[in-house]
Amino acid sequence: MSDISYLEAIEVSKVFGRKSRSKIAVDGVSLSVKAGDSIGIVGESGSGKSTMARMLVGLLSPNKGLIAFNGEDVTQLRGKHKSDFRKDVQMVFQDPYASLNPRMKIFDQLAEGPRLYQLYDGELRLKDAIEELFMSVGMSVEHLNRYPREFSGGQRQRICIARALAVQPRILICDEPVSSLDVSIQAQILNLLKDKVSELNLTLIFVAHDLAVVKYLCSSMAVMERGKIVEHGDSNSIFGNPIHGYTKSLLKAIPTPNPIAERERLSLAKVQ
Amino acid sequence: MLSSRPILEINNLSIDFRTKDGAERKVLENFNLRLYEGQRIAVVGESGSGKTVMASSILRLLPEAHSSGEILFKGENLMVATSRRVSEIRGAEIGMTFQDPLSSLNPIMTIGDQVSEVLRIRGVSKKEASDRTVVLLQELGIEDAPNRLNSYPYEFSGGMRQRVLLAMSVIASPSILIADEPTTALDVRVQAQVMATINQFTSKRNLATIFISHDLSVVAGFADYVVVMYAGRVVEEGPVDEIFYRPAHPYTRGLLDSIPSIDQSSEKRLNSIPGVTPEPGHRSSGCVFRDRCDSAQETCSAKAPELLTTGEKHLVRCHFPLLPLSTSRNMG
Repeated sequence: MSDISYLEAIEVSKVFGRKSRSKIAVDGVSLSVKAGDSIGIVGESGSGKSTMARMLVGLLSPNKGLIAFNGEDVTQLRGKHKSDFRKDVQMVFQDPYASLNPRMKIFDQLAEGPRLYQLYDGELRLKDAIEELFMSVGMSVEHLNRYPREFSGGQRQRICIARALAVQPRILICDEPVSSLDVSIQAQILNLLKDKVSELNLTLIFVAHDLAVVKYLCSSMAVMERGKIVEHGDSNSIFGNPIHGYTKSLLKAIPTPNPIAERERLSLAKVQ
Repeated sequence: MLSSRPILEINNLSIDFRTKDGAERKVLENFNLRLYEGQRIAVVGESGSGKTVMASSILRLLPEAHSSGEILFKGENLMVATSRRVSEIRGAEIGMTFQDPLSSLNPIMTIGDQVSEVLRIRGVSKKEASDRTVVLLQELGIEDAPNRLNSYPYEFSGGMRQRVLLAMSVIASPSILIADEPTTALDVRVQAQVMATINQFTSKRNLATIFISHDLSVVAGFADYVVVMYAGRVVEEGPVDEIFYRPAHPYTRGLLDSIPSIDQSSEKRLNSIPGVTPEPGHRSSGCVFRDRCDSAQETCSAKAPELLTTGEKHLVRCHFPLLPLSTSRNMG
């Protein structure tokens, strides 16, 4: 692993809305991601974590500050460098119902990226590669000819992961990829992501409100509150010894499947 | 303390929907429940388990459904009661809150009017209804309640809206509260506060509660008794500690193992349940869970397991449960 930041946010801010009605979603945040990192960005709704993810992947541009890829400002990238950035940084979104094209067969959605970047020599090779990838995310090859409407939420999320991986990215950014799924399906998808990250040596940026999910996948994490990172560090040490009050309160609020502990917590809780 | 007679008794409730081409889709099969005064029952399950359909049918909120069985509220069968009678019961005897607070509230009506309306339509004077609304909103943790009466739902946060919804469902002093995923859309810290509010309020009023959730952790501290549903059937039920510490059904065990924990080392893999919940109409004969089950054998496809006793008030529907069955049979 090199010391150079692969993907870096330098003092980025993002403001939505105009003048008097504007809201600062991300407020001067810096974050550096090195090759092989797995970073969780956690926070509650409105903390700016999704905005942060969208800026890192280039879907939004910051009002202030810059996003650098391999040391270069992504807005200044041209030609091959720009296409490398687009290919190397892929994203999986929260809602698998809204993030697949309903009128396109699954195969075509998966093949679109590889065709664009001409990753394979000929359609036959492309087909083989897509089929292999599709099976590796736990789907069967005959499903490639179907449309998204025929799949459940969990299957759609597998398809979205396959689509992101189809262009052989190096960084995978996931924005709450399991929050809309049932618990049993959520565990399947988390295991799939974990396997893929280690198998393909991916750098992972994982955005979530659920700290336990982040701990399962990420070795380090950044806690965001109202547009700022309030705590950043190794996952185990943040969970073991949170410093910031906000992190502490988040950790304290996580319910566990343990009735004895939960009853005690409920009885101590004060109604605000 | 539990009195001897349940205030709500559901016997053999089955619900199906008809598709456009007339095919029957069973979404709930032979559901039984006894709710006693002050008791808190959690009904947990994933999407398609039938938990919401069950809860909505208690107040007859599913006119398009075909249902059979009995729903006895204090001895009166709601399945055959007149719609006028069911309207009287809604709110006054059985209150219900829904998952999405924003779509359950009228966006162009003030909070105060929406909560006090429940009393106004029952003939309470404007002044008294408004006073009682203020007192209740305060009790449910809404600060500065007198001044918030004129606010609109959009001016409230998710947690505050959920409290307003809760206020609407309990202001007419029902004896049963049905809460359908009341904290699901909320952030974790807000969820903890809303749970504390519901917990404190229901204890103080000794309000019997049916709490519907997909999240076992959320109900762990609140429920006395837990019913686990899968694909339209109860697969396991029992006292809360039994279900969490001694689960007898492979599905319950699998659900508990699927929850990532902050105490668990990230090296350890999550034990996920393979496959997906079968859709209504695609549910196999025999045990509905067998396609996803590690311990499934031939018997499981041959015949559907019955709900049998495994411990004190602990029932499981499995041919090969994780705990031994008691010798005496009960329940169908």
